[in-house]
Amino acid sequence: MPKRVLITGLSTYWGGRVAQALEADPDVEVIIGLDTREPKVKLERTEYVRSDENYSILSRIVRATGVDTIAHTFLVVDSTQMSSRAMHEINVIGTMNLFAAASAAGSTVRKVVVKSAALVYGSSPKDPYWFRETDRRVAPVRTKVERSLLEVESYVRDFARDNPHVCLSLLRFSNVIGPDISTPLMNALQLPLVPKVAGFDPRFQLVHEDDVVAALLFALAHEVPGIYNVAGDGMLPWSEIMAIAGKRGIPMPPFGIGMATDPLRRLGLVNLAPELIDLLRYGRGIDNRAFKQAGFEYQYTTAGAVEAWVQSQRLAKTVGTKAFDYRYEEDVEKFFRHSPAVIREHSDQA
Amino acid sequence: MAADEGPEPAPPARTQTAEIVPLRLPPVADEPAPEPLPDPRTGDVDEWGRSERVRSFVRQAYDPMYRRWFRAEWEGLDKIPTEGGALLVANHAGAIPSDAPTIMHGVEVELDRPVYGLADHFFKSMPVLGTLWSRTGGVVAHPDNAYRLLREQQQLVLVFPEGSKGPGKTYNERYRLRRFGRGGFVEIAMRAGVPIIPIAVVGAEESMPILFKVPSIAKALGAPYFPVTANMALGPVGAFVHFPAKFKLRVLDPVTFDDVEPDQPRYSRSRIMDESEAIRQQIQEALFDMLRQRRSVWFG
Repeated sequence: MPKRVLITGLSTYWGGRVAQALEADPDVEVIIGLDTREPKVKLERTEYVRSDENYSILSRIVRATGVDTIAHTFLVVDSTQMSSRAMHEINVIGTMNLFAAASAAGSTVRKVVVKSAALVYGSSPKDPYWFRETDRRVAPVRTKVERSLLEVESYVRDFARDNPHVCLSLLRFSNVIGPDISTPLMNALQLPLVPKVAGFDPRFQLVHEDDVVAALLFALAHEVPGIYNVAGDGMLPWSEIMAIAGKRGIPMPPFGIGMATDPLRRLGLVNLAPELIDLLRYGRGIDNRAFKQAGFEYQYTTAGAVEAWVQSQRLAKTVGTKAFDYRYEEDVEKFFRHSPAVIREHSDQA
Repeated sequence: MAADEGPEPAPPARTQTAEIVPLRLPPVADEPAPEPLPDPRTGDVDEWGRSERVRSFVRQAYDPMYRRWFRAEWEGLDKIPTEGGALLVANHAGAIPSDAPTIMHGVEVELDRPVYGLADHFFKSMPVLGTLWSRTGGVVAHPDNAYRLLREQQQLVLVFPEGSKGPGKTYNERYRLRRFGRGGFVEIAMRAGVPIIPIAVVGAEESMPILFKVPSIAKALGAPYFPVTANMALGPVGAFVHFPAKFKLRVLDPVTFDDVEPDQPRYSRSRIMDESEAIRQQIQEALFDMLRQRRSVWFG
């Protein structure tokens, strides 16, 4: 297990979950979380550092804290969250600064785990049915989020080449589904009528949010250098996912979907991510066997992940959605971490 | 390449290797296989998009076509293995090829095992038809797909090495085989360690003969070719109905590659081209032989 960890994107769902899990491990001495926004989950001993979105202070933090491990979970894979310019800053410039800091002279970083997405493979009719880690994408890059992730991966590759002493794991996740997270695909499934493309019924591969967190922690805890696909077993047609969710579909015209949904998007009714449109036509499968061979065990298949999500939706319908009653208060957090009045078990390590 | 010796064959090495991909995976832990995860499926669509339910429905619907309309007649069907992977290779013809459904239907009915048909990605990009094609066993022709089907899942796979050049030829060139691509099918069979079973088909050419082609429309549609067929004389519906040509299918002796190792990253190009050309010759000669014996296009 790593000793001193830096987590980027602490206020993202993934950063928060990883930090919580690492806190439970007494072997992890220091956890530093970087983000532009305050953490959304309750954390015991993680040190939150506010930074600008492209991490210009990162090299100072790395030098000052001597972190040995970086978990890069800040990458934006959902283009509906923010403008493409903000996404570019976070994904490309942020990653560039991150690797610049990690590869600076005298850097103590020995392990980097990057959370990327299967979006880098694209989705087209010419694709193999299962992408392997070594496969290049077939379709030309069309959406901004895919382009930025590909740029990120090129920085990752350069870093790995220049720093062979660093164990670098690049994990490519397929579309995530789960009770607590919100993704474009799940937003689509929550609409009263689920959008589908007329005449198409693509195969989908999903991964449960718990498996995503477990995969990140697995990569942090083990020596698994390289690129790995992370996705649940099995592929379901979109119609079957809708059937498990008990939803009816609304067919969209097979061509010119962007044009058809644009007015709806402007009205704020449907926010269909452009990277989802090709997926709803052709689907995508990624080969998850290499990561399994490396020792990782999944908890959910694709169908199991959908079923788990549906059950959580049913529960939410009855008892309401679980509200985040936690709010980050800087003074309170500072008090608990640094005040001499607080009795701490790990105080000698501080 | 990979140092594991598990029951599962290692995927073939790729020529394009990204630098940070591990070349040696950690050894698999000697633990008992974990319990299978709960998998609450509601449909029966497999990972290739094939649905046995849809397929059996289509089989029922197509059976009269197969028995009454084309009156398909097989020769040497016992040369197709009842288990294990094999690559079926046939000549391809007819503007809307009638040979693919006939071969797939015939083998599924007679041997009671599924056949996956490799075809151009153009099918997958078509709405409705593409989905139906996929549900009935159509798979995009990609070396990785073929390897997985043949090597790892030991299935029967049907491929037409002529590609769209076969059905896209005009009537005056009937039963003259086109180039067999770049011999990719031979390489796949070698890598997957399965035999190639050549099949010569007579009848498809006459079921929908192409009089001439209109390249400009094909270009506008993004289709491999746009044919003007004799069937179009029967009106807009007739354009999609095949003529009742008599179908004869002859299964030729399987071609095996026992002297080459499977799972190699690359195989001798000259060997591939020689084998490919030999198979092409074999099918071509069988076709000429069958045509010599054929008295009538409609009655065989």
